[in-house]
Amino acid sequence: MTDVTASASTGEELPRDAAGTASDGTTTGAEITLTNVTKRYPGSKTPAVDDVTMTIPAGKIVILVGPSGCGKTTTMRMINRLIEPTSGTIRIGGEDTQSLNPDRLRRKIGYAIQQAGLFPHFTVAQNIAVVPKLLGWDKKRIDDRVDELLDMVGLDVGTFRDRYPRQLSGGQQQRVGVARALAADPPVLLMDEPFGAVDPITRGNLQDELLRLQSELHKTIVFVTHDFDEAVKLGDKIAVLGEASKILQYDTPEAILATPADDTVAGFVGAGASLKQLTLLRVRDVELRQEAVTVDIDESPAAVREKLSRSHNPYALVLDRRRRPCRWVHARDLPRATSLATAGKPLRDVVSTQSTLQDALEAMLAEGGAVPVTGPQGQYAGTIHLETVIETIQTLREEHNGGDSTGADGGTQQEAR
Amino acid sequence: MAPFVNLWEYVVDRWDKLSLQVWLHTSEVVQATLLATVIGVGIGIAVYRSPAGSAVATALASAVLTIPSFALLGLLIPVLGLGVAPSMTVLVLYGLLPIVRNTIVGLSGVNPAVVDAARGIGMSRFSVLTKIELALAWPAILAGMRVATQMLMGIAVVVAYAKGPGLGSEVFSGLTRAGSANATNQALAGTLGVVVLALVLDGIYLLINRYTTPRGIRD
Repeated sequence: MTDVTASASTGEELPRDAAGTASDGTTTGAEITLTNVTKRYPGSKTPAVDDVTMTIPAGKIVILVGPSGCGKTTTMRMINRLIEPTSGTIRIGGEDTQSLNPDRLRRKIGYAIQQAGLFPHFTVAQNIAVVPKLLGWDKKRIDDRVDELLDMVGLDVGTFRDRYPRQLSGGQQQRVGVARALAADPPVLLMDEPFGAVDPITRGNLQDELLRLQSELHKTIVFVTHDFDEAVKLGDKIAVLGEASKILQYDTPEAILATPADDTVAGFVGAGASLKQLTLLRVRDVELRQEAVTVDIDESPAAVREKLSRSHNPYALVLDRRRRPCRWVHARDLPRATSLATAGKPLRDVVSTQSTLQDALEAMLAEGGAVPVTGPQGQYAGTIHLETVIETIQTLREEHNGGDSTGADGGTQQEAR
Repeated sequence: MAPFVNLWEYVVDRWDKLSLQVWLHTSEVVQATLLATVIGVGIGIAVYRSPAGSAVATALASAVLTIPSFALLGLLIPVLGLGVAPSMTVLVLYGLLPIVRNTIVGLSGVNPAVVDAARGIGMSRFSVLTKIELALAWPAILAGMRVATQMLMGIAVVVAYAKGPGLGSEVFSGLTRAGSANATNQALAGTLGVVVLALVLDGIYLLINRYTTPRGIRD
């Protein structure tokens, strides 16, 4: 997730050719460049957006984050010309947006907004089909695309296809909104606080889904939010914006958390930068321990007792037949137990190698100690310990405080210039 | 019972003439409503984005209503003469208020996020207006048309004074011949005819509402 290849730089001036297409060739995104873009509303002395120059690399998620009214939404809306810039140029994939009819331009740019903005008198399928219809696709192709997209955003085709927006929950509406934005497979996606109006749990799920989608689609996504945590979670790069969309810092989340450019950015990052860094690290990036005693669910309690006494360990982790951890069993549970399937207590929390260290910490606090980690197919991979997390944070802190940025945690390699 | 038996006999007896009046009355009101809808929705579209424009349009349409229909008709006769022209003008003018007001309310009630999304995904201004905004405002516009029709049913009686068509001529000739044979029956037949007609049209509106409101926004 934190595979950031774009070179990081601080300040407004960015090299125009800083980032291109990703090397894996699956990128369908297009690079967006803003050059000296200014928006001045008539009758207002100060511009809403003042001379913004930035490059949004192809196939990356770039987050525009800043306080309310800083012009981040205005900046985004100038990309699809819902707002016309007063001066400056915006290019998408090298093409000047001013050279196209705005309606045609927008059909090539996905657009998802807060509260989804679904058409209430259209069914889910009709909502998704709007842009393909505008583009003149035939009915069969549209139908297939709608089904594909519903599937992609995790909505059951049979259940949701013919529903109306008001019959959906906020999170489901948002999913349809994303599906609609993706309908014509645009290279670029603009998202204006798309998850701002849903509850925190649903928001977390939607963010995960977006990351999963992006790992397959490699769109260029411009995402506006005022929630810095969301920016850290989703962004390949974050542009922290101040008054009139002035770019205070434009860098990877890791770099912004470690070395905020100024006090304003630091204030915006907020307290607990170390905790936030935990959200950037995955369990697979740290060392797992193999010291826990693991036993097969079919083993007899007596055999397990023997194993435990040999290893001087009070606990054993019970694995099911597919080697997935399912219960903890304590030595004192064993004399009365008839089978391991019922002995001890079931696992409350398991983290996977994909989980963030923050999730792992959360699970450790809930479990009261080390937590089993599962691999890609759910099989047992080891346990993660509190000390490991503490060591990781300390290492990170030392690296950045010492200005020695040779750290290569999780494959993130960048230098704060 | 007797007067009603008489009335029934009167209606049966004069059905040929009455049915024509009923038809003319209906046709007049429906045409006026449709014309008022075209004009009213047009005005609504023109002004709904501007609060000041909306206020002016609503105020003007309301001002028309404060003029007694009889007086307005009287003022129009020297200009437009007798018959269909002044009748239609009066009816359309009175029908405007509910339609203009409901169009403005309906259009400005459309969720701005929906319009923004429609523009943002590349629908043209015209498509946004017709496929999204007017479609969503349609139940409100239809409700305005329904009120207009009800109102015009009554006013259409009055415009018979300018020799306009419809059941009004029954009512007026019944009233002017008060005391003579069948005068009461004639006035009653005209009046009750209007009431029955209004109820029937209202029922038709319910059906139209039922079949033209998309399921997604139906109550």
